[in-house]
Amino acid sequence: MATLTPDEWEAIRLSLRVSLWGVAASLPLAVAVAMLLARVRFPGKSVFDAVVHLPLVLPPVVVGYFLLLLLGRRGPIGDWLESTFGVVVAFRWTGAAIAAAVMGFPLMVRAIRLSIEAIDARIESTAATLGANPAWVFASVTLPLALPGIITGVLLSFARSLGEFGATITFVSNIPGETRTLPIAIYTYTQVPGGDPQALRLSIIAVVLSIGALLVSEFLVRRANARVAGRDA
Amino acid sequence: MLEVEIRHRQGNFRLDASFASDAAVTALFGRSGAGKTTVVNAIAGLLRPDEGRVAVNGQLLLETARRVCVAARHRRVGYVFQEGRLFPHLTVRQNLVYGRFFTPPADRYAVLDQVVALLDVAPLLDRRPATLSGGEKQRVAIGRALLASPRILLLDEPLASLDPGRKGEILFYIERLRDEMRIPIVYVTHEIEEIVRLAERMVLMSDGRSVACGTVPEIMARLDLKPMTGRFEGGAVLEAVVTAQDLDYGITTLAFDGGELQCTGVDALRGERVRVRIRARDVAICLERPAATSVRNVLAGKIAEIGAYAGPEVDVRIEVGRVSVLARLTRRSADELELAPGRAVYALVKSVAIDHRSVGYA
Repeated sequence: MATLTPDEWEAIRLSLRVSLWGVAASLPLAVAVAMLLARVRFPGKSVFDAVVHLPLVLPPVVVGYFLLLLLGRRGPIGDWLESTFGVVVAFRWTGAAIAAAVMGFPLMVRAIRLSIEAIDARIESTAATLGANPAWVFASVTLPLALPGIITGVLLSFARSLGEFGATITFVSNIPGETRTLPIAIYTYTQVPGGDPQALRLSIIAVVLSIGALLVSEFLVRRANARVAGRDA
Repeated sequence: MLEVEIRHRQGNFRLDASFASDAAVTALFGRSGAGKTTVVNAIAGLLRPDEGRVAVNGQLLLETARRVCVAARHRRVGYVFQEGRLFPHLTVRQNLVYGRFFTPPADRYAVLDQVVALLDVAPLLDRRPATLSGGEKQRVAIGRALLASPRILLLDEPLASLDPGRKGEILFYIERLRDEMRIPIVYVTHEIEEIVRLAERMVLMSDGRSVACGTVPEIMARLDLKPMTGRFEGGAVLEAVVTAQDLDYGITTLAFDGGELQCTGVDALRGERVRVRIRARDVAICLERPAATSVRNVLAGKIAEIGAYAGPEVDVRIEVGRVSVLARLTRRSADELELAPGRAVYALVKSVAIDHRSVGYA
């Protein structure tokens, strides 16, 4: 249980990078979708809601396979990305980040949506009577009041991303240093003779990372809640 | 000058209100469900009525016939809600200045220090809304609306959620605001007491309609409006001037257009103009001038009008000089005294029946 090998370090670094980028990239979209679901009535809303929740209910392997079909080099979006921007995501760490973002997306939207729904819409119309335009109302009232839900959503999505396995391995495979994230590395070690001690070490690290993320978010949520409730933080 | 004309349907509720006023304080009065808040929401732009027109000081805010509907954020209408609705995540200071910079610089007349002093909120500036009392919240809400330099201020039952002790405190600040800032106020309430205290003109609302609009004494003297002006609190409102203060006995003498009135507990200086409400149920009628009586106010007048005969009570309007006093009697007394329009009578009003709660400072 001494020091970590370079391979292990790489898996940890890669996992953190994939998860953080996945969360960061999906956050603005998740806030927009949550806002849409919480505040706007439109035809086909329940279908849209179901589509957003799809990654939560589908087998991860299926999600990964769809991603491969769409974003693979011969998929419609993947082909377009490569010919227009020269970007390839299949079998790259960026693809792993996309898989993580997609899998964490419904959890993030759910948490943010709930906190937006809990905001008294009359507070927002009060801001309008004071002269604020909709964008400023959103930035100065809605967003700060939804902050506890946003933090919770970020944590849930981050935790989901750290643990992502099925969609990732299906979409971007198991390439050391590129797509071999922590869970995939653990799985790989369990498949080779004598890999058990390494699998155990990485598992303990996964536990530490998850608990760390949980504690940080608990702390942030408590502060944000105090602010939202109007108590002195 | 505020001009309002609104027709709107919401489910089974029909609103049809129209009035105009150039008073410093215009009261919108009526029971809950009469449509007062709907009217105020339409003025503020939070509700777009089916049909109507709203203008403030000649500035058109809404005219459905010409497809004009200025967005709420461009109306510069200050709105103080029943429950304050402060931004919970901001400090008092941040709440106060929230609307300041949305107002074009040329139109900004409200100054932070002045508003803070007017409402005595200096000690609260760094606190957060959840730590404030109901009265403090309401003061901050008023200050926040003022600091956006509005054209008009709408106060929607600002005392409704406060305990009785706090009501007087907020009334004091609203009075101060009325006298120091030259901004028209629309004050929504279902309490006659608050109207007498603050307003010059009132609009009476009932079942979604504006039933009457005029000065407070005019409306309150109308017998036909009795069911709407309050069965218990109803009574004439007189405008008067303080002529003497007897500090020994605590009796204030007021002169009105028709005589003098003595009352207790009025905190005003000689020469100050006041509005006094004399509840109809506190007035008795006598056919001759009573000799030995404790009643200090015996007003000579003549019966102008007798209200509809229904139930055990009847309201009688007595003209005293150029003003009206209402008396509520049993129907039996009215019959036994053979009261009829034109008859000379004396209206008897006990001094202790008029106290600080019946007086407003104009």
